[in-house]
Amino acid sequence: MGSLSPGFHGRTRAFEGRLPPGQYPTESFPVLSAGPTPHVPTDRWSFTVTTERGETRSWTWDEMMALPQEEPTVDIHCVTRWSKFDTRWRGVSLDVFLDEVDSSSEHVVAESFDGYTTNLPREDVTGGKAWLAHAYDGYALSPDHGGPARLVVPHLYFWKSAKWIKGIILTPDDEPGFWESAGYHGYGDPWREQRYWSD
Amino acid sequence: MHGWRRARLTERTRQTATGRTLRLDVPEWPGHLPGQHVDIRLTADDGYQAVRSYSLAAPAGAGAGSIELGVQATSGGEVSPYLADDLPLGAEVEARGPLGGWFVWTPRESGPLLLVAGGSGIVPLMAMVRARLASASDEPCTLLYSVRSPAEVWYAEELDAAAHRIRVRLLHTRVAPDGSARPAGRIGGPDLRDLPPSAEGRCYVCGPTGFVEHVGELLLTTGYAPGRIRTERFG
Repeated sequence: MGSLSPGFHGRTRAFEGRLPPGQYPTESFPVLSAGPTPHVPTDRWSFTVTTERGETRSWTWDEMMALPQEEPTVDIHCVTRWSKFDTRWRGVSLDVFLDEVDSSSEHVVAESFDGYTTNLPREDVTGGKAWLAHAYDGYALSPDHGGPARLVVPHLYFWKSAKWIKGIILTPDDEPGFWESAGYHGYGDPWREQRYWSD
Repeated sequence: MHGWRRARLTERTRQTATGRTLRLDVPEWPGHLPGQHVDIRLTADDGYQAVRSYSLAAPAGAGAGSIELGVQATSGGEVSPYLADDLPLGAEVEARGPLGGWFVWTPRESGPLLLVAGGSGIVPLMAMVRARLASASDEPCTLLYSVRSPAEVWYAEELDAAAHRIRVRLLHTRVAPDGSARPAGRIGGPDLRDLPPSAEGRCYVCGPTGFVEHVGELLLTTGYAPGRIRTERFG
C-alpha cells in the first residue's frame, strides 16, 4: 500500500499535550445546534432541579444571579473537532444547586428550553467540574451560544454542555439524551476520543 | 461503526473558485443517508494526523463503494486547501463514517420538503435533492439557495436541469444576474412566499452560523414549528 495523503504536512503539532486526539485549535467560536435558536427572556427564565422522587427546587433569574458566582477559564472541545483554549465564563457551580436537594441518584439529565437533553454521571457535574454559565468573555451569553444560561462541563465534549438549560433531573439510571440517542457516545471524554457509540 | 477505511481520489470537480467536489473510491463503504457526513483523516510523513468532517454530496446507491464530498477551501486552513487542490488524483486518504443521525432526510419521509442553503451549505442538501430526484416522490420540494454572486453557485447545471421537478430559487446577496427580478440582498420574508404549508413536512437549513440563525428566525416568524426545522452550521 502506498503512503497516505502524499504532500500533506500539517501545522498543529505545537499544541500536543493540550489538544485532545483528533482536535484542532480554533480562535473563533463555532456554533453547533440541531435546530433554530430559542430566545428565552430572563424574566421568564427559571432553573429547576428535579429529584428521582419528583421533588423540585427552582431558582428565578434574580435568585440565580444572587448565588455565589465563579469565573472559570477553561479549554473546551467540540466533537466536530475544534478546541478552543482559555474560554472565560461566569456562572454558578452546579454544586450550589445540587446541594439543595436530597438525592441518591448517580446520573443526571440536563434539559433545555428547546427540548434538547443530554445525560451525564452525577460525579461529572459535582465537585467543581460544572457550571451554569450566563456570561462569556465578560458579556452576557448570547442566544446562539446558549444564552441566557447554559451548562459548561469543560472536561467532556461540548455537546454535554447543554445550551438554553432549564433544569437538571436526577435519575437512578443512565438515560441517553438527544445526541446520545443519535449515535454519539454516552460519556464523551475528549482525551479518550469517545465520539461515537463504537468508540 | 467500522473504523478507518482507505479512500482513493478518483475525480475532482471545480464548483466555484474555492469549492470542489471530490469523488473517492472506498472499498466496502456501508452506504449512508442523505445529509450525513464523513470524517477524513490525513497523515503526514512523520505520522502526524489531522481529521476534519465533510458533508456527503450524493446519496448512496448508484456509486456503491464510492462517495462524493464537498470541500470549501478556507484560506489558511490546515486540511481544506490540501484536499481542494493538492491531494493528487489516485492518492489515498482515510475515511470514517457515515456520521450524523439527525440532519438526514430520505424519500420515505412524507410531506413537503423545504431546503435552505447558504453558500457551501448546499452540499448536504444536494444529497437530499438528488435523493428526491431519484425517487418517485411527487411531494413538493423547494430549494432556496443563497449565494453571493452567480459565480458562487455549486451544481449550477444540475440544478438548472432539475428545475422542472423541484422548485429552485437562487437568492443572490451581493451580485444578481442581469435581468434578475430580485435585487441582490440578504434572504428575507418575501423570499419565503408560496412555500409548502408550514404545518407539514420538514425544513433543513445549512450554511454559515449567521445565515442559519437568520433563516431560523425567518422560518419561525413565517409559522414553522421549531420541531420541523433541522439545522447544520458551518464555523
